[in-house]
Amino acid sequence: MELENSNPNIYNKVSERNITADEEDDSVVDEIDSREIFDLIRGINDPEHPLTLEELHVVEDSLIFVDNRNNIVKVLFTPTIPHCSMATLIGLSIRVKLLRSLPPRFKVSVEINPGTHVSENSVNKQLADKERVAAALENTHLIKVINQCITPLTMNRKRA
Amino acid sequence: MGKLEHIQTLSKHIGRVWSVAWHPKGDALATCGEDKTIRIWAKEGKEWVNKVILTDGHKRTIRDISWSPCGNYLASASFDATVAIWDKKSGEFECSATLEGHENEVKSVAWSKSGHLLATCSRDKSVWIWEVAEDDEYECAAVLNAHTQDVKKITWHPHVDLLASASYDNTVKIFKEDPSDNDWICIATLSSHESTVWSLSFDKTGNRLATCSDDQTVKIWKQYLPNNSEGVPTTDGEASWKCICTLSGYHTRTVYDISWCHLTDSIATACGDDIIRIFKEDEGSDPNAPTFSLINSAERSHTQDVNSVKWNPKVPGLLASCSDDGDIKLWNFIE
Repeated sequence: MELENSNPNIYNKVSERNITADEEDDSVVDEIDSREIFDLIRGINDPEHPLTLEELHVVEDSLIFVDNRNNIVKVLFTPTIPHCSMATLIGLSIRVKLLRSLPPRFKVSVEINPGTHVSENSVNKQLADKERVAAALENTHLIKVINQCITPLTMNRKRA
Repeated sequence: MGKLEHIQTLSKHIGRVWSVAWHPKGDALATCGEDKTIRIWAKEGKEWVNKVILTDGHKRTIRDISWSPCGNYLASASFDATVAIWDKKSGEFECSATLEGHENEVKSVAWSKSGHLLATCSRDKSVWIWEVAEDDEYECAAVLNAHTQDVKKITWHPHVDLLASASYDNTVKIFKEDPSDNDWICIATLSSHESTVWSLSFDKTGNRLATCSDDQTVKIWKQYLPNNSEGVPTTDGEASWKCICTLSGYHTRTVYDISWCHLTDSIATACGDDIIRIFKEDEGSDPNAPTFSLINSAERSHTQDVNSVKWNPKVPGLLASCSDDGDIKLWNFIE
């Protein structure tokens, strides 16, 4: 398969989370915050490159919004190029990862960072339609591809 | 101010429950969902209990179900691209026919008031009309390709063979059979919603239609016949449908379903913010520009998105709802 974006910009990873004494104290309620969401999705692989969404700046900590009290998580992602045909698949991978990781009370929305994709409205509408997402996730081929994206490369490398 | 009183929670389905449908006699409720089963519930003493489980009819999610007006048949629409017809002729519910033809997921199924017609709609953008012949034979009478996107829901007029469909293309369309050549045609396109129209429900007269959408609004549409006294223009001798009221600012997320009670005229909505809301038309409101008030909003009706709401056709105020949280709930609405 020919790569759509053969030479993407690669960025440095952010540093690992500093674990504070409070966070190790089980008696302290540790609310889900944007950094925690970021840690869940930063390791998702790009469908084309052996790089993570973090390394391609597709996801960034500053584009994640959490309203813990109202159960809302919103993730904006930036496709590497404005006509990226993988945008829906990337968004779907982020949705599935969060669906599996977060408590079901959360309403997760995954949208394209405004102005970074030529068909952002249609991709956003599709990603927000839970019926179409549910149907897509019953597609065995698609779920296999998504699972490959979600399984961290670093984990594979370590295993290897 | 009314009160929505919780009667009972029915928890048997595994995973998301997509749809609920009352038997026309009002004494049984069918439910379906992600677990590929249909469950039929009926009252035993004071409690509603699960009487029947229908399995193996579908290979994927069952999205919608509909009872025939006579109450002897149940139709189910599935993501597996088929529609199954169930009946109890042998004494037990059995699948007596499978309707194939849609290219992908079937999203909704509905029987006409006469029971002679069945409509289905799909992600393949089409609406199909099936004629019910004798001996459990179903013949495709029309394939309607008027929508440009995924068709989410269909519903028949309460008295005549008029079909309404709601779509991802943001519109609602009205279909009827052209008596001159028996071809089904689209006679009206209702445009006003700004995103996916998820569901729709006629009032008891069939002259008004309520629709709900991903744009977080509910709209009320009225039918104006040719030569109407209000002077609303019509074309080709067909009625035109005009949006006469928009309820905005009430719902905070997608509105997935709407049910207009034919006994009490109350409108119930199922919303992605977990809340069931009840609206009623204000007394003395202008028929051409009506006003509706929110008379109940049950916080945390469910713990996740509410997918479907249906008023019981015989017991005034009895409402069934279902949710992504896997539960079905029964409510009594007291005005």
